Amino acid sequence: MSIAESSFRYVADLVRRETSMLYEPGKEYLVEARLLPLAREAGDSDVDVYVSRLMSDAAERRKAIDALTINETSWFRDNAPYQAFTEVLLPRAIAANQATRRISIWSAACSSGQEAYSLSMLLDQHLPLGWTAEILATDVSTAMLERVKAGRYSQVEMNRGLPATHLVRYFSRVGSEWEVSADLRRIVTTQHLNLATTFPPLPTFDIVFLRNVLIYFDLDTKRDILRRVHARVAPHGSLLLGSSETTLDLTDSWEREAVGRVQVHRPVQPAGAFGLAAPTRAAV
Amino acid sequence: MHALIIDDSRAMRSILRRIVTDLGYDTTEAEHGQAALDHLEAGLVPDLCLIDWNMPVMDGYQFVQRVRDDARWRDVTLMMVTTESEHGQIVRALAAGAHEYVIKPFTPDAIVDKLELLGLLVAEVPA
Repeated sequence: MSIAESSFRYVADLVRRETSMLYEPGKEYLVEARLLPLAREAGDSDVDVYVSRLMSDAAERRKAIDALTINETSWFRDNAPYQAFTEVLLPRAIAANQATRRISIWSAACSSGQEAYSLSMLLDQHLPLGWTAEILATDVSTAMLERVKAGRYSQVEMNRGLPATHLVRYFSRVGSEWEVSADLRRIVTTQHLNLATTFPPLPTFDIVFLRNVLIYFDLDTKRDILRRVHARVAPHGSLLLGSSETTLDLTDSWEREAVGRVQVHRPVQPAGAFGLAAPTRAAV
Repeated sequence: MHALIIDDSRAMRSILRRIVTDLGYDTTEAEHGQAALDHLEAGLVPDLCLIDWNMPVMDGYQFVQRVRDDARWRDVTLMMVTTESEHGQIVRALAAGAHEYVIKPFTPDAIVDKLELLGLLVAEVPA
């Protein structure tokens, strides 16, 4: 199954006219992937039939344009978590790690890496001299991990939330794309990881970003993920979830702390918890 | 909040107008830098200018320089929205006094993200 050339051309023209976003030849699969759910919802047998519908249905056109312009990941997404990182979480980790002078961060479900590289820019600006940092970026998609490693982003992606000053400081043009600087790429390492299953061996993290991913799991899996993440967060460490996500009603092993406009989750270490937690840590 | 949209393409002005109108902005349009400057000289004080680079009569870069050279408009936020995408050009525009830079093509979300960065998202969007 593939979208007809005339259908693709119509959709590409429509999106360019309405939003200036370009769907160039070669992106047929993307148009199809984004429109197929809408075609099914409308009761159409395939995307070509659905595109014919678009020609006479303005409301449906709007839905199609929305579906075609969604870009899930942006730089410094939601802003407030990054403010909390700079103003509270990083200083707290620095205070706790004076002996090792090392900061360890986990960007879980990292997608194409904008979160990990946003954090690496902040580390570049705020980490004291003589300190080292590592950001582990994990995802279930190996294709996404390859993108993170390459550190290359399209014009459209670069526009999403990245201050222009950061663009000129940390990126260089490579053909039609932008490549993140080698210094930032050195801080970020990638690893394949499925949150829903047993974790591979992981270090202990000072700060974990696990944002906008728990929403995709059922209640039992959410609890299980939070239990296993708990075992990987340092006692002084912090967990950041998406703005619509919480540990509330899921588990009492995290306490919540308001930092600016975000809720930070800190691991509770009740008396005797270390003795109980140790075998679990060894198991994950 | 008021946005001055400066672009020689009527289609692009229309796209930008729809995006910022949805965000609660009133808008004025100009088809080149000199026409935009005329609006400012006539007393318009926008919160935001969305500025194309390549335009006839006066380009966007010259417009930014002219606005930044005049204290009357020091509070106006200047954002380039252009196909010009060379690293050096972005540096030039920022050095001349542009606050932000969006490279075409862009999604509406890109404008929203940038306005959020600049603290220019209108809290209450009129119904």
